[in-house]
Amino acid sequence: MSVLQLFLDWISQPAQWTGPEGIPARLAEHLWYSVVALAVAAAVALPAGLAIGHTGRGAFLVVNSANAARALPTLGLLVLVVTLVGLGLVPVLVPLIALAIPPILVNTYEGIRQVDADLRDAAEGMGMTGREVLLKVEAPVALPLILLGLRTAAIQIVATATIAAYVGLGGLGRFIFDGLARRDYETVVGGAALVALLAVLTEIVFALIQRFVVSPGIRHRAAAR
Amino acid sequence: MRWDWVGSHLDLFAKLLAQHVYLSVTPVLYGLLISLPLGLACVRWPRIYPPVLAATSVLYALPSIALFVFLLDYTGLAPATAIIPLTVYTLSVLIRNVVDGLRSVPEPVRQAATAMGFGAARRLVQVELPIATPIVIAGLRVATVSNISLVSIGSLIGLGGLGQLFTDGFQRSFPTPIIVGIVLTIALAVLADGLLVLLQRLLTPWTRARRAGA
Repeated sequence: MSVLQLFLDWISQPAQWTGPEGIPARLAEHLWYSVVALAVAAAVALPAGLAIGHTGRGAFLVVNSANAARALPTLGLLVLVVTLVGLGLVPVLVPLIALAIPPILVNTYEGIRQVDADLRDAAEGMGMTGREVLLKVEAPVALPLILLGLRTAAIQIVATATIAAYVGLGGLGRFIFDGLARRDYETVVGGAALVALLAVLTEIVFALIQRFVVSPGIRHRAAAR
Repeated sequence: MRWDWVGSHLDLFAKLLAQHVYLSVTPVLYGLLISLPLGLACVRWPRIYPPVLAATSVLYALPSIALFVFLLDYTGLAPATAIIPLTVYTLSVLIRNVVDGLRSVPEPVRQAATAMGFGAARRLVQVELPIATPIVIAGLRVATVSNISLVSIGSLIGLGGLGQLFTDGFQRSFPTPIIVGIVLTIALAVLADGLLVLLQRLLTPWTRARRAGA
């Protein structure tokens, strides 16, 4: 039987759609972990990236720490925090946030840094203060790259939140790990396919956001390049 | 942290480290082998680039655990179950860098090479690929480091590598192996990254000369 057929059989069972073990409840848990983790990571990485890109101070630190953070094994961090402090929302969020900060930080920093020096000079020549240059000129021009960083982070979070289930927490990963434990292949495929669908959906949402918030002038210039 | 436990398990660490290197580096090599010709094709026929890019970014969006599990049914508990998904990830990072790298070759350079009598193949090997090297290696660094981190997820379904220290430590509520696993994974990633930087220096000596002259 094909993977698609298995998946369709699995999601069409009414039992999957109700109760605390059902798809809506698991999906809500998964989204909750993901959204909180992305929000915290963005709250840390966006201002830092903007400030470092604008002033150029601390750039060395950003590039190197981001590379080191990319190497950090998420699963190891998760089981370590759970082993040390026990179960809860925090142990799930720590590795997800650690995973999401580097792409947001690096893309924001790179985006601001790559803004045309002439543009910056023109804005200063018009009498804008440093803060105005950053928020009104540099940030909008850097927006495509900043959004790319957020999108990369969001997709990695959605995919990785799956492992929360390994330590006995909820989310869509539950289907995968419960299925593996019971040798119930249908459930494994169902869970994996739902996570994949959610990741693709995240990609689409960010593509739409990009279309609506990036200024048309910048969009055309980026397309022409 | 139990240092006596660490001391008495050095053989195990060496074995897991070797597995980890094999499972994470092989996909980078495959990814490079596939993305070079694919990237060349995308530069020559720009019309195929957007669909190729879309396909690879959708594949990148698939969670690794999902891919491992899908493949488990076809390939079983074999290295291929880890190597195939990681090759796909490598590909989706690298293809972009190969195309960007080849496109970064200045047109006058290309014309100069042609004027000197270089054929297409020789121009590619002796002029275009060397100029593209730094951008391609930047992609290799990202792919290598994230593969090294991702392989550990494979241990959840029993594929081996340093991730086994995580599952082992978690099942016994014993932090020491987990810490050892994290430290070794990061050390391996930093080492691999450093080797790639070194490789880039060796392959592109002119970038250093230019910087020194400037």
